Amino acid sequence: MVTVDEVWAALSEIPDPEIPVISLVDLGVIKNVEVEDERVRIEFTPTFLGCPALEPMQRAMEAKVDELGAKADVRVVLDDSWSTDKITPEGREKLRVAGFAPPAPRAAGKLNLLELQRGGFRCPYCGSRKTRLENIFGPTPCRSIRYCDACRQPFEQFKTI
Amino acid sequence: MSKRTDLLLAIADDELFLGWRNSEWTGIAPFLEEDVAFSSIAQNEIGHARALYELAAAELGTTADELAFDRPPEEYRCAPFVQLRRLEWARTIARHWLYETADEIRLAALKGSDDPEIAGIAAKMDREEAYHRMHAEMWVDRLLSSDEGRSRLNEAVDELWPYALGVLDDELRAELRRRVEQRLGRELADVEPVSRGVHEVELAQLLEEMTMVRRSAPAGTQW
Repeated sequence: MVTVDEVWAALSEIPDPEIPVISLVDLGVIKNVEVEDERVRIEFTPTFLGCPALEPMQRAMEAKVDELGAKADVRVVLDDSWSTDKITPEGREKLRVAGFAPPAPRAAGKLNLLELQRGGFRCPYCGSRKTRLENIFGPTPCRSIRYCDACRQPFEQFKTI
Repeated sequence: MSKRTDLLLAIADDELFLGWRNSEWTGIAPFLEEDVAFSSIAQNEIGHARALYELAAAELGTTADELAFDRPPEEYRCAPFVQLRRLEWARTIARHWLYETADEIRLAALKGSDDPEIAGIAAKMDREEAYHRMHAEMWVDRLLSSDEGRSRLNEAVDELWPYALGVLDDELRAELRRRVEQRLGRELADVEPVSRGVHEVELAQLLEEMTMVRRSAPAGTQW
């Protein structure tokens, strides 16, 4: 019989479909795993509600559990329990190495534009904080575009949500 | 239909229609950053619509797609504000800002709902909407900083104001007025809101366009 730990280990091999350097477990979107006989119940929270990768992620989890000889029951939880603070420290480091600046920790107060424009966001390539906001929006809902004035490199900044 | 489903459909319809209107700028916005911004905002809004339709579909025994695309035009509950086709930049920015401001007020009320599913989804939407609001506020700052921008924004707000009020229930409208007047530094006209239930001519046109591919292929077609 498959164990909860085996399921977590298997899920940690599933890459994020849009940023394949990190896994679904690194991303913190798997909220809970329960095993009951041959059925594996997985609770999964979307990052952004409009993320087109939701369905591929679900199918990938089902396929992984299938390989373990069990049957997955993936439940999408549409509540507020995911935030970018759920990305694991390992996940943040993998993002940075791949050129995606990891999200800033969620502040207690409201997000505001001035902080995004001026804040000390670090360039993932050279480490400088001399970076500026180019566009709040980027190639996917979870990313903004910034520019590093030190190494003159545009880069993608994971949004804090 | 329960009051809950009615509420879910009203908000889902708002987000679907506004998302579609935002997506009309994809490829033709005044500059590339705005192509990206409006496309991304559209994707978020349509994602919110999908999540809300799924909650409603579970109650009605149907699917999110059927609720989004297969109802007759008169059954859509979206505010007339999001039905309007205004492919002109000042009006686009005015609508974007007015809608996001109204939506923030609405979401704040829903986050306090006794229904945990509604409160949860409202809180999740609000995290994403924070970026839409920042984008809208950035544009309001930009337009208010020049005489021409200011006058075009004010003109567009005056035109859209009765529609913007119609997004919210009666008890939330005073808060929208307070915020908009404070930001623009002037009073707005006392007008009759154009409320939900009114169907602009653009509604049927938009549905026709939105469902063209769906209607061209039988249900269950694999692409």
